[in-house]
Amino acid sequence: MKAFTTLDGLVVPVDRSNVDTDAIIPKQFLKSIRRTGFGPNLFDAWRYLDEGQPEQDNSRRSLNPDFVLNQPRYQGAQVLLARENFGCGSSREHAPWALDDYGIRALVAPSFADIFYNNCFKNGVLPIVLPADVVDGLFRDVAANPGYRLHIDLSAQTVTTPSGASHGFSVDEFRKYCLLNGLDEIGLTLRHSDEIRAYEARRARSEPWIFGGAA
Amino acid sequence: MNSLSLYEKLWQAHVVREEPDGTALIYIDRHLVHEVTSPQAFEGLRIAGRPLWRRDSILATADHNTPTTNQTVIADPVSRLQVSTLDQNCKDYRITEFPMGDRRQGIVHVIGPEQGATLPGMTVVCGDSHTSTHGAFAALAMGIGTSEVEHVLATQTLLARKSKTMQVLVEGTLSLGVTAKDVALAIIGHIGTAGGTGHAIEFAGSAIRGLSMEGRMTLCNMAIEAGARAGMVAVDDTTLRYLEGRPFAPHGAQWDAAVAYWRTLHSDEGAHFDRVVTLDASRIEPLVTWGTSPEMVTTVNGRVPDPAAEPDPTRREGMQRALRYMALQPGMPITDIAIDKVFIGSCTNSRIEDLRAAAAVVRGRKVAANVKLALVVPGSGLVKAAAEAEGLDKIFVEAGFEWRNPGCSMCLGMNDDRLSPGERCASTSNRNFEGRQGAGSRTHLVSPQMAAAAAVTGHFSDVRAFLN
Repeated sequence: MKAFTTLDGLVVPVDRSNVDTDAIIPKQFLKSIRRTGFGPNLFDAWRYLDEGQPEQDNSRRSLNPDFVLNQPRYQGAQVLLARENFGCGSSREHAPWALDDYGIRALVAPSFADIFYNNCFKNGVLPIVLPADVVDGLFRDVAANPGYRLHIDLSAQTVTTPSGASHGFSVDEFRKYCLLNGLDEIGLTLRHSDEIRAYEARRARSEPWIFGGAA
Repeated sequence: MNSLSLYEKLWQAHVVREEPDGTALIYIDRHLVHEVTSPQAFEGLRIAGRPLWRRDSILATADHNTPTTNQTVIADPVSRLQVSTLDQNCKDYRITEFPMGDRRQGIVHVIGPEQGATLPGMTVVCGDSHTSTHGAFAALAMGIGTSEVEHVLATQTLLARKSKTMQVLVEGTLSLGVTAKDVALAIIGHIGTAGGTGHAIEFAGSAIRGLSMEGRMTLCNMAIEAGARAGMVAVDDTTLRYLEGRPFAPHGAQWDAAVAYWRTLHSDEGAHFDRVVTLDASRIEPLVTWGTSPEMVTTVNGRVPDPAAEPDPTRREGMQRALRYMALQPGMPITDIAIDKVFIGSCTNSRIEDLRAAAAVVRGRKVAANVKLALVVPGSGLVKAAAEAEGLDKIFVEAGFEWRNPGCSMCLGMNDDRLSPGERCASTSNRNFEGRQGAGSRTHLVSPQMAAAAAVTGHFSDVRAFLN
C-alpha cells in the first residue's frame, strides 16, 4: 500500500449529502477484474452527459459542464470536500480505487459510511472527519477562493487552511501507523499466524461444526 | 454480574488478539464469495504467493452478472470474463462453488442460509454490503471490501474495532399487509440512512420474534441501509426450526451440542446498548420510498413531501434534487404515481415467503396495461423449484409477469435486466439511489405484496384493500 504522510492539495467540493458508492462508480464498471483504470469513470453519471460503458474511450465523451469536477479551477484536485454520510451504500472497493486513480488522496467530510471509510485506508486514501460547522466553513472558503488548498499532516493529525487555521482530527493509532508506513496489513497479520492457529484449535474443540464443509 | 449484549458475545468469541488501541484481529468462520468483489483479491493472493488459509470456510457463487433468461451463456464479454474468473479461481483453490447452471446457484445472501452455511454464533463476511442479512441467525455478519476479502482469504481474520451497539425494539403486532420490509423502511425513515453508522444493530421485541426467518433476513439485510454494517436477531425456536436438516448445518450429536450453545446467543437481561430505538409495530403501515435514498419514505396513503417545509438547507436541497430526479411534485398522493416496471427479487425479497405473499395478491388478476414489464426473479434455483412445486410460477405467468432464473438482476442491473432512462419501477430491492437500476432509472422501494398490488393497478396501491 501507498504511504500517506503529508499532502498539500487543491480542494474540490462535492456539495451533496449521502453520496453513495453507486454515484462514485456506477455498477457497469464493477465488471472489471482489475484494480486500476477507474479514474475516468469516477462520478460517471454526474460527470458525463451520456451513459458510460466499460472499456470505452472516455476522452470522446461529452462532459457535463455543470458538474464540479469538470470546472477548470478544480483540475488536479487531490482533496475532496464532502457532506454527511459520504460513501454510503455498497461495499465496492472500486469507489476508493476510482478516487485514487483520479488523483484524490484525502477526503474531508462531517461523516463517512463505515465500509467506505474502512476501504479508503486499505488504499492509501485518507478520510478525515471534521465537525459539520468546520466543513460548512470550508465549503464557503473553497467557493470564495479559486485555487483553495488544504495542508494535511497525518502524523500531527491536522488539517490546515491557507489562512493558517488548524483543525485536529482523530484516526485510530493502528490505521495511522499502517498508512504512515504504507504497510501491507496481510503481512502484518501473518506475523500472528501461531495465535490464529491456536485460536482455531480451541474453536475446533468447542464448535467443531464450524469446520468442514457440507455433510 | 456481567450482562452482555448479543453483539458483545459474538465479538468476544472471535477475538484472536487485540492491539493497544482497540484494533482487534477477528476470526472469520464463514466467507461467502461472488464474482464482482473477489477477482482482485485472488489476484493479490497470487502475486504475493500466499496460500489460502482455510478452504472449507468458503462458499462461492456467481450472482451479480448472471442472466435471468438463458443461463447457459452470458452475452456481454466483460461480464462473462468476470464469472469465468470466479469459476477458475474456485477450481484453482478447490473452493466449493455453485456455478451458473447448478440448481443451488443463486444470490449469495439467499443460498448461505438456505444451505445452512450460515449458522448462529458465526462470523460471516462477504465482499458485499448486504452480508448483514446473515445476522438474522444471530451471526456477526458484515460486508467487506476487496482488500479485506484478500485479508480473509490469506489469514482467516479481519482487522476490526468493536462497534457501538444499538437495540431497535419493535413491540406489538404488525397489521395485515405490513411486512418485515415495511418495518425495515420504517426504521430507516426514523433513524436515517446514517443513523446506524458505527453501530451494530440488534433487532428485538415481540414483533421481531413474530417474524419468520425470511422476514428477519429482510430486516437484517437492510441494516446497512440504516448505516449499520451489521444487524442481528437472537436465536429462538424459529431459528432452529429453519436450520435443522440443512446440508451445511450440523447433524446428530453435533446438532444437539450446537443447539445448547446457540440457545445462549441472545442479549442478557440488563445488557447495555449505546442507543435504544423503540417502534410500535401496530403503527407501521405499508410504505413506499419517494426519493433517492431509502430514508425518503412515506406511507402508501401519504403524499410526496414538500421540501419548502424542511428547515435544514442541505436536507432541503437533497429533497429538491431527489424530486427533480424522480420527476415528482410536492404534495402529490403516492397512489397517483404510475409505474412502468415491477421487480420482485433481490437479496432483500426473493425468498419463498416473499414470492408466496406477492402471488397471493396477483392470483386471478392481470398486470395493468401501462406496466411494460413485471419480473419475478427467485433468489436461488432451490427457491425457484420450491415456488414451481407450489404453482406460484403459473400464477405469475398467467397474470402477465415474467418468471426468471435466479440472480441479483434488476436490483443493480449488472446483467441485462435494467430500467431505461426515466422509467419508474416498483421494486422489492434495497436501494433507490440515482441510476441504481440503470442510468436515469427511478426506483420506489416496496414490499413484495405492495409491488404485486402496484403491478395489477399500474400505480402504487394500498395492498390492504386486496387482502380484506
